[in-house]
Amino acid sequence: MTEHVVIVGGGTGGTVLANDLADRLAAEIDSGDVRVTLVNDGPDHVYKPVWLYVPFGQREPSDGRRPLADLLDDRVELRVDRVTDIDTEAQRLHSMEGPDPIEYDYLVLATGSTLAPDEIPGLEEGGHDFYSESGAAALREELLSFTEGHLVLSVVGSPHMCPAAPLEFVFMADDWFRERGLREDVDITYTYPIQRVHGNPHIAEWAQPIMEDRDIAVETFFNAETVDPEAQTIATMEGSELEYDLLAAIPPHRGSELVVEAGLGERGWVEVDKHTLEAEAAEDVYALGDTADTGVPKAGSVAHYQAGVVARRLASEIRGRPATATYDGKTLCFVETGMDAASFVEFDYENPPSPAPPSQKLHWSKLAYNESYWLTARGLL
Amino acid sequence: MTETTIEADATVDARGAACPGPLMDLIGKIRTVDSGSVVCLLSDNEQSLTDVPEWAEEAGNDLLAVEESDEYHEFYVEKA
Repeated sequence: MTEHVVIVGGGTGGTVLANDLADRLAAEIDSGDVRVTLVNDGPDHVYKPVWLYVPFGQREPSDGRRPLADLLDDRVELRVDRVTDIDTEAQRLHSMEGPDPIEYDYLVLATGSTLAPDEIPGLEEGGHDFYSESGAAALREELLSFTEGHLVLSVVGSPHMCPAAPLEFVFMADDWFRERGLREDVDITYTYPIQRVHGNPHIAEWAQPIMEDRDIAVETFFNAETVDPEAQTIATMEGSELEYDLLAAIPPHRGSELVVEAGLGERGWVEVDKHTLEAEAAEDVYALGDTADTGVPKAGSVAHYQAGVVARRLASEIRGRPATATYDGKTLCFVETGMDAASFVEFDYENPPSPAPPSQKLHWSKLAYNESYWLTARGLL
Repeated sequence: MTETTIEADATVDARGAACPGPLMDLIGKIRTVDSGSVVCLLSDNEQSLTDVPEWAEEAGNDLLAVEESDEYHEFYVEKA
């Protein structure tokens, strides 16, 4: 009997996992004992970290997009289709294109994050973002011609992808305007929902003095409730109001509605055991990356490491052995501190981050990794 | 731990949440409920004992009760 592993989502987690399984289970796949199918609702793989550089005119959105068919091992069956329903009792999926249904023995949900700016009235009309291809391109149009006024970076949604990116954006903007001799004419304000500048206290403690040194104003306990696009103001749950000339916001995020409808977790994040990544509410279902509600950042490195854990667990289960691989919360992030310097953090469930002193070497390391990311997607790095 | 009679309209289980942390989870839930609703936050993060009251006061919400135990705390917050 053939064991069928179905992965839903062709982002970092889903793609790395598919290629890892293709390598790990090559003999079983070649003999017909195992099938690995990756279902994605489009033909391309998208590498989102490129978007941070788009508003500054340094990268194009197309730099972060490649055909999944070019990245996946030939042993993986790629199905470009949209899953419309998950039935974890019957172990089957329904999809838009068919053939229907897709039966599975093991299901991995890697459906990722979607943006929900509509949850904040006025945000879509009054704000910009760099958390989508179209958003980053639209923000570029505004930022490249922005020479004076008040630039506000507001973290509205949480959890959100890449928790370092809002800090990176204001550090880069500060440096970028300085280099161009415009900083005196541009005020920069960073807002954050809680009483410090980052969710992680160690990163907050590191970032706050840098902001003070560089004259980046900070508003904490700032939770945007509405945006008035005409008046160009943000009103908060806490009762304050802030005027802006250009608003770059981190919109609220949601996971996939499929997850909610299948009863696997609220807002599309699958409730999982944070070590095994197994879904709490269903058998033979895993989640990874942004989709897995583990409490660690929604970051590419997390999806990458979790994919390795899920691959090892699935291989063990398929071979009838106890699955012993576990995820320890490992997270890596390069954090840009300007246009020519970056820091680096590494942490896990037990060990907090300790940001490295910013350097040009770390900045180039980040850019080099962004170039070599495609080897990660292929399962080679 | 004392027993409370407060009935929560929604519960946020943030036990084990490291980053961005329980307060962010609470704020996210408060956003989705109606004024007058009570949200119960479960947190095993000691920092919540200062974070949550500070934010509740800042945002004008009522912190109705804090139930403390060895393993975790329950915070009952009523949305203004």
